[in-house]
Amino acid sequence: MSARANILQRLRAAPQATPPLPPDVPAFHAACHAGLAAGTRAARIALFCEKMAFWHGEVVRVTRANWPQTLRELCVTKGVRSLLHGEPHTAALRAAGIGGLKPYDRPVDAWKKELFEDTDASLTSTRGGIAETGTLIIWPDVDEPRLMSLVPPIHFALLDADQLYDDLFGAMREQRWSSGMPTNALLVSGPSKTADIQVTLAYGAHGPKELVVLMLVNEEELK
Amino acid sequence: MNAPLQFVPASAFKQRAAAAVADAHLRSSFRNAMDFLIARRAAQFPDAPALERQRAFAEHIRKYSLARLPDLLEQLERKLTDNGVSVHWAETPEEANRIIIDIARRHSTRLMVKGKSMVSEEIELNHAMADAGMEALESDMGEYIVQLDGEKPSHIIMPAIHKTKQQIARLFAEKVPGAAYTDSVDELIGIGRAVLREKFMTAEIGLSGVNFAVAETGTLCLVENEGNGRMCTTVPDVHIAITGIEKVVEKLEHVPPLLALLTRSATGQAITTYFNMISGPRKPGEKDGPRELHLVLVDNGRTQAYGDEQLRSTLQCIRCGACMNHCPVYTRIGGHAYGSTYPGPIGAIVSPHMLGLAATHVLPTASSLCGACGEVCPVRIPIPDLLIRLRGEAQHAARPGEKPMLGQGAAQSRLIDIIWAGWAALYTRPALYRAFGWLATRFRALTPPMQSGWTASRTPLQPARRTLHEQMAARKRS
Repeated sequence: MSARANILQRLRAAPQATPPLPPDVPAFHAACHAGLAAGTRAARIALFCEKMAFWHGEVVRVTRANWPQTLRELCVTKGVRSLLHGEPHTAALRAAGIGGLKPYDRPVDAWKKELFEDTDASLTSTRGGIAETGTLIIWPDVDEPRLMSLVPPIHFALLDADQLYDDLFGAMREQRWSSGMPTNALLVSGPSKTADIQVTLAYGAHGPKELVVLMLVNEEELK
Repeated sequence: MNAPLQFVPASAFKQRAAAAVADAHLRSSFRNAMDFLIARRAAQFPDAPALERQRAFAEHIRKYSLARLPDLLEQLERKLTDNGVSVHWAETPEEANRIIIDIARRHSTRLMVKGKSMVSEEIELNHAMADAGMEALESDMGEYIVQLDGEKPSHIIMPAIHKTKQQIARLFAEKVPGAAYTDSVDELIGIGRAVLREKFMTAEIGLSGVNFAVAETGTLCLVENEGNGRMCTTVPDVHIAITGIEKVVEKLEHVPPLLALLTRSATGQAITTYFNMISGPRKPGEKDGPRELHLVLVDNGRTQAYGDEQLRSTLQCIRCGACMNHCPVYTRIGGHAYGSTYPGPIGAIVSPHMLGLAATHVLPTASSLCGACGEVCPVRIPIPDLLIRLRGEAQHAARPGEKPMLGQGAAQSRLIDIIWAGWAALYTRPALYRAFGWLATRFRALTPPMQSGWTASRTPLQPARRTLHEQMAARKRS
């Protein structure tokens, strides 16, 4: 018999008491939040900013009109010489006059060394954010592949404040994740870090050393 | 690079524990780190009733998943296969190693980069890869450090916790080409980052563990802070994930309650930097990600635990390490003394299924039964009950109608059995008991002054001048 058949046979031969009922996650979730006021947009924005700062992520409030300009200024301040981006942002970035634009327009195999050794920063979109933990939801795709949010030392992420959710379960439910997951989906909370040496926290372990969130808000929400 | 590492026999546990207790450096490394982790975890759970609700619900999810385990494994396999992932099953460490080495050979592998995976430690993959002439390089900073020094992890979450930064500084200066001595933690991490980035680029295969496998979507979830896990699962052309068969849950919505407890219990973080959800290899048109994705499902004794309704709760474990952080024994002796891949309380209840009681019967005795492990366990595994159960299984043959465990009765001793038989005879026969009491009190001067382990740190035991019965009778008379 195959290993598979043996393992399944042993599991099926085990005694089973009455199996537990399926866990009711929505009910548990509701019970955990009972008594709490439903999150407002302002509260979600404030909580997200507080938590992201705790993870050493930087949040910059921008509008739909001015974000490319703000990004250009940030690139200048941080000394970014090359910015990796996806096709959908090309026009906006060019219009803002950002130097060293590098579209992710071919398979990584063709330019792995350049990506690792000669790419200062990247810009990606996000699918939303989670206020409770200060987390970005990133679903890499054909235009914005997986390594964009991992390899360059500085990661700029564009987050629409309309897409902020109270918590992970809320995001999952409202975006209907279970009806179809992409090949890779990510939750990102701050730049990479480690505490493996004497529990001393150090940033920039293997991934980005800096995470900058460009949060798209309304004019009156700019602080 | 890969020195052969064998499981150190648990039989020498007491010598290793004694040596660890006498090592002041090691003691303070662990004490400081455990105090830090305990405080960090406590800060995440300010509301005790809320924590109890969360633990009860997490336990419910794990028990529900285990009750449906064979069906969920088949569903996971179907879903992953649909997503383009190859699923392999291994009953033993040897089988798991063979599966991985076959894949590696097919891709003419020279270098495999590894994200943190305790199951790969459990099967001694690095050793097997070295024997097959291929390098397996650990890329988690802590794992990289212990591998560089030819050691094994001493903690499942913080593998190099037993080392000081000065020790790591000397290790890097000696073993990393071109690295100058520095004991700045930022600079040490910078050295590791530079060395490993080079390796991520050149490795043919990346290997990772799995924290949760979701059956409904065929998704493998990975929790990490460093980004090395994402590197291993994204940069090389082939990604192999390896996991124990118990890690599967039915639905994606079962993940958030478990994830919330996992990271908070482990390191006191509300969430880790990365939560990486992988559902398939690179699709046509995608520009990166592995072209080939494999999942190796490992039994290695887990079905033995599953076969017993009490021991099955061992498999609820989500590997947070809180039980070891809170264990007074672990804190004093560290992870290496146990000799098993999984140390501490969880190691003591899981290792007997993997390695057999003959090799591990001493581990469940490495506990004062204070109960801290059971109290902090986020999925409410009754660890102290299981420790007692395993102590018993090591001392006697299988009960009628029960299947013997691997190594059942391995600690059974003729001498101890005879002593207990004598004790039972004495205490069930009043005449004999009275005679023994009279003799023991009258000849108390003959009690040996050295009483083995007892007198190592205590004054010798000596019977009273008169038995309690005699003293009570005398008191009544007066």
